[in-house]
Amino acid sequence: MGTIQLKQITKTFENTQVIPPLDLTINDGEFVVFVGPSGCGKSTLLRLIAGLEDVSSGDIQINDKNVTHSPPSERGLAMVFQSYALYPHMTVRKNIAFPLKMAGMDQARIKEKVDSAAEVLNLTQYLDRRPGQLSGGQRQRVAIGRAIVREPRAFLFDEPLSNLDAALRVNMRREIIDLHRDLKTTMIYVTHDQVEAMTMADKIVVLNGGVIEQVGSPLELYSKPRSRFVAGFIGSPKMNFFPGKIIGNEAYEVGVRPEHLSVVHEAGDMSGIVKSAEHLGSDTYIRVEVEGADEINVRISGDAEIHYGNTVQLKVAGPIHTLDQTGLVTSN
Amino acid sequence: MSTTHSKSAAKLMLSPSVILLFLWMIVPLCMTLYFSFLRYNLLKPGTKWFGFKNYYYFVTDPSFMEAMVNTLYLVGGVIFITIVGGVLLGLLLNKDFWGRGIVRLLVIAPFFVMPTVSALVWKNMFMNPVNGLFAYAAQFFGTEPIDFFAHYPLATITGIVAWQWLPFATLILLTALQSLDQEQIEAAEMDGANAWHRFWHIIVPHLARPITVVILIETIFLLGIFAEILVTTNGGPGNESTNITYLIYRLVRLGFDAGGGAAGGIIAVILANVVAIFMMRLIGKNLDH
Repeated sequence: MGTIQLKQITKTFENTQVIPPLDLTINDGEFVVFVGPSGCGKSTLLRLIAGLEDVSSGDIQINDKNVTHSPPSERGLAMVFQSYALYPHMTVRKNIAFPLKMAGMDQARIKEKVDSAAEVLNLTQYLDRRPGQLSGGQRQRVAIGRAIVREPRAFLFDEPLSNLDAALRVNMRREIIDLHRDLKTTMIYVTHDQVEAMTMADKIVVLNGGVIEQVGSPLELYSKPRSRFVAGFIGSPKMNFFPGKIIGNEAYEVGVRPEHLSVVHEAGDMSGIVKSAEHLGSDTYIRVEVEGADEINVRISGDAEIHYGNTVQLKVAGPIHTLDQTGLVTSN
Repeated sequence: MSTTHSKSAAKLMLSPSVILLFLWMIVPLCMTLYFSFLRYNLLKPGTKWFGFKNYYYFVTDPSFMEAMVNTLYLVGGVIFITIVGGVLLGLLLNKDFWGRGIVRLLVIAPFFVMPTVSALVWKNMFMNPVNGLFAYAAQFFGTEPIDFFAHYPLATITGIVAWQWLPFATLILLTALQSLDQEQIEAAEMDGANAWHRFWHIIVPHLARPITVVILIETIFLLGIFAEILVTTNGGPGNESTNITYLIYRLVRLGFDAGGGAAGGIIAVILANVVAIFMMRLIGKNLDH
């Protein structure tokens, strides 16, 4: 069981308000991802939930119990840190056993729990090593092991994959998703990587400057972004924004995703000169200079015979998001 | 990085200073060794081969055992006080509080005071049973002033030396504390460790290595404590505050027995090496990780 409710919480660091009043409900068993650019307050929010920082005002409730002023240990949450924060002088076994030892569990039960956690995480043969003798991915697993043995109400992950190389990151991402499916425990995951957010989350919370821009499922955010910020942040390559009049739309500005544009031979909605073409085999990304707009990115699936300097006709072949002057999306 | 050529060039460049340092050490050592086998009294002209008799007389002197025990108490006591005090002060100074910069400077200040000066200040301004600050304090509270150097000579000297070395230990342990990853402490907090557990399971193991360094360095310097004893108690009353260094001084400068003093010096060198090897074995394990 792990329902977390944030009610009108704020955080102020020496006269600077990093989090203006904020409400959020995280349901039991949900995988929630806080995503946003660096400095958007996502880590601060996580630390407030963990109890590592005090809220300036407002209430935090876990399972309908007010924990606003409880120390971290009484909140029943487990956290995986960006630097893993393993205890370097302890073996892997002792690292994983530490929270249980602190809870005063007896030796036999600790051994049993550590062994089963190690088996789940493929760490059995490393139990007697120290963190310094492990690779990045193994350390990450030890950190996760230390979190799962406690059977917490919720897991908190603070950018856990950012220190791993690209290939390992994809693997660990999958392992964390599997873990969530097996344990069915609430997880809160902080990242600045929208791909991680899209692939892992049940619910994404997009933060910008301490403010929640939008909360929703990955596809909701993709297809129905509420603001220019969300529209630009979710999806890769970024959504194109240009004045509506270019394609004969009345809106102040319109947004079209690169995959919703296509190159046509007859007259399209707009035309321009190709500034670069990236051929990946599965996809072709082209950057087109269109008069009256910034450069427009287009994603064509498969390999297309388009090269630098070609003049191409572009046609909108998908949803158009219209925006007003304040950056709010008026229609999707 | 380094080729055979650059390595041999480096050796050549280094050799003058290395040779000088080596001579600096080996010449006095050989002379001491030589004198220790002579009957060599500064009041009587001429020297005579004396064999191991200087050693025999030095070791069988009843003062020797006393001086040995005093040396161990002095070294052990100072190390104990500086490590415990250094850890506590380090923890305090690592916290954020108003005026931390000034406090850090004040804590480090004793290290810059010369041993002789600090011992004299303690002796005359604080611990003097008639005029000292402690005597005034005792009188204020209506108790008898304590004559520290008469009644607790060794403990008092230990205190003075510890006061001088506390900044050293504090400084090294403070820098070590600053290098402790804050996320580890936070992780321990999440894991349900209270302040004591965090100290004992996270901070102390992190400090094991710097503590080893402090012990090793302090031992080397503390085996040779001399000035503080000379200006305060002169090794007395009786032999109560005489350590090996002071005993050798007494033999040579007060007894004019250069040969006996040299033998004592050699024994002190051997002792220092025994202690050093023992220490390295005991705690050197902490150093190779």
